[in-house]
Amino acid sequence: MKKFITLLLASALVLSCAGCGSKGGDTTSDSSAADVKSEGVMTYDEYVAAPLDSEVVIETYVQDKQSWWDNKATLYTQDKDGAYFVYNITCSEEDYNKLTTGTKIKVTGYKAEWSGEVEIAEGATFEIEDGNYVAAAEDVTSLLSSDDLINHQNKFVSFKGMTVEAAGQDDDGNDVAFLYNWDGSGQDGDDLYFNVSLDGNTYTFTVESYLRDKTTDVYAAVKGLNIGDKIDMEGFLYWYEGVNPHITSVTAAK
Amino acid sequence: MRKNIFNRILCSAILCGCIFMLSGCHGREGLSAFEMPEQFDDTREYEITFWAKNDTNKTQTAIYERAINEFETLYPNITVNLRLYTDYGKIYNDVITNIATDTTPNVCITYPDHIATYLTGTNLVVPLDELYADGTYGLGGSEVKFDSPKVSEIIPKFLEECSIDGHCYALPYMRSTEACYVNKTYVEALGYTLPEVLTWGFIWEVSEAAMEQDEDGTFLVNGQKVMIPFIYKSTDNMMIQMLKQKGAGYSDESGNILLFNDTTSELLTTVAAHGDSGAFSTFKISSYPANFLNAGQCIFAIDSTAGATWMGTDAPLCDISEDKIVEFETAVMMIPQFDVRNPSMISQGPSVCVFNKEDPQEVMASWLFTQYLLTNEVQIAYAETEGYVPVTTKAQESAEYKEYLSEIGTDAALHYEVKIKAAELLLNNVEHTFVTPVFVGSASLRDAAGQLVENTVKSVRRGQIVDAEYITGLYSDITALYRLDQIGMQNSRLASGEKELGPLPKASVILLTALAVVWGGMIVYVIRQFAIDFL
Repeated sequence: MKKFITLLLASALVLSCAGCGSKGGDTTSDSSAADVKSEGVMTYDEYVAAPLDSEVVIETYVQDKQSWWDNKATLYTQDKDGAYFVYNITCSEEDYNKLTTGTKIKVTGYKAEWSGEVEIAEGATFEIEDGNYVAAAEDVTSLLSSDDLINHQNKFVSFKGMTVEAAGQDDDGNDVAFLYNWDGSGQDGDDLYFNVSLDGNTYTFTVESYLRDKTTDVYAAVKGLNIGDKIDMEGFLYWYEGVNPHITSVTAAK
Repeated sequence: MRKNIFNRILCSAILCGCIFMLSGCHGREGLSAFEMPEQFDDTREYEITFWAKNDTNKTQTAIYERAINEFETLYPNITVNLRLYTDYGKIYNDVITNIATDTTPNVCITYPDHIATYLTGTNLVVPLDELYADGTYGLGGSEVKFDSPKVSEIIPKFLEECSIDGHCYALPYMRSTEACYVNKTYVEALGYTLPEVLTWGFIWEVSEAAMEQDEDGTFLVNGQKVMIPFIYKSTDNMMIQMLKQKGAGYSDESGNILLFNDTTSELLTTVAAHGDSGAFSTFKISSYPANFLNAGQCIFAIDSTAGATWMGTDAPLCDISEDKIVEFETAVMMIPQFDVRNPSMISQGPSVCVFNKEDPQEVMASWLFTQYLLTNEVQIAYAETEGYVPVTTKAQESAEYKEYLSEIGTDAALHYEVKIKAAELLLNNVEHTFVTPVFVGSASLRDAAGQLVENTVKSVRRGQIVDAEYITGLYSDITALYRLDQIGMQNSRLASGEKELGPLPKASVILLTALAVVWGGMIVYVIRQFAIDFL
């Protein structure tokens, strides 16, 4: 009898541990599994096909948070098929704090485009759902100069082996590797702009200060860049009048 | 045991009384009013902070830095720390946040609407009337170590804009207005001739004409798939100016909200029609007007004259790639009018205020720096960075500034034609400019005015019907969103004189608190005695 009770208790313990582990749903980054949508929710393809200014309902996973202010939050999100930039979604501070990397949310809002960036417009609403997915960075280095790049808009991506170019000049006319604001008009704490090249083409990348402020590793890493450095980067494939990635990590090229 | 309880209560009452009295002594009600010292003590060291706004313009940043260096050379005992912003709203938010921690800047670029909110704190912002009129340290004062303008040399209209409740709480720093930057080439291609003064009717008509497309969806006027003929950057200004031109209500000096009226409804109905056709959009919905204008995807771009360097084929500043820029002739025109004989346009641009501090000498150091921003060196240099105009006659009438204006179009940088034409637009129309009444909440009302336009355009783009029912609902939503019903109440209270009474004097607070403590003690004593006798 004692053995039976011991076995029963042990089984219960194992089951309860398993239960705890599965809370939150799919915690892996398994991109091979299909992203099954709930009733009334669009697939990524349907979202892409939806016209601008139309109402959209999506299920997606928070990959990063840019900012919260006055009950509005800006989020980088992605499902297993594509990414969605969610601008100024209605969000209490309490809910904002519940959003962590991988949190599944259902968003209802309107599709919009602002300077080439396709996004879910200000004023959308959301609810948190069970589920978790953290996207691995997709290497889009080879797509940088191709028309296909825009099909990866807003995804968490990586760029490998790019060369740091001059971003501008300082007051003494010396080339510098980065600027505070796009033209150097800012100061420490503002967005960082830097240029990187590949195969003769130069691109402007940004450390968006609301996403990664001056206390972060990537902010310090960009401030430490030298012209000619070879670097690998990760970030979100944001768009402003052309590709303008929001970079979250910079390391020496491997 | 019971005795102990009564003693504890008695002790607590006395303790609370003491705490109230002590807190009364420590000025919980705010700073004391600034009292101007007879002399500025230049044997002491001062460190002041200056929160400044630039238009994401490196030259403007450099001018601020140079002004600080030159000022510090004149006053080596004053160190000025610069903090840069590119958005007035962010400065406003940060000031509000820092009021709570008593870490406001010393000197701050601002708008009078924002100062009205700051003034709800006791003695937070220094009234400048006495300071600027002082013969020693005031504007043009005998002990000022630089060539400061006299009060009479500040454009009276601009100085008046900084007056709230009869006191001057800021100095104007730069002034601008809005301009309509027109792709004249496309207007003429559509068979129209630009009138001397644009009208709203003309802009709507040409904008609708520009929407003609071929069967592939290509716009005939530009041969592109994208065309938004009319884009407005600041829709708050759009609504405010339309109402002013129509002689309709917006607000009054007492802080009454008059925005939601029949004229507003008519204007929104018109905006809805052109938003629905795609002929009109806004910065918030589409993007910067300049980007579309320079790409040949917009014909009428209304933006500040302080955004002129971004406008036109040869604009010195541009966010779009060179291959997207289209060749066209840019006309710089007054914003559209309803009555061309009585034109009306907004006066805007940064002002600068001084925050109060415990140390009046620190305030004096702040005031001297503020005054330095009005010298010709700063005024002319900063005005030349954009379509700004200097706020002093001293600068406007200087040979240097006149020479700058006269060399219009000689290059595409300092003398960029569009930029100087934008500045001239204001210089020639100061008498036609206006500002809206300033009161607690006027900043929110301004936001609300813009949001009416934004929501209307968004709604029609999303297939909603904009009719009387919609507009009624919109007014209700916007009133709630910006708490406009509370603004009216706040200003009614202020207008009824509650503000003038201000907080109780410290002596009164101490006296009343002491009386409360004594009465409290007496009541406790009586209850205690009663309890002892009874039990």
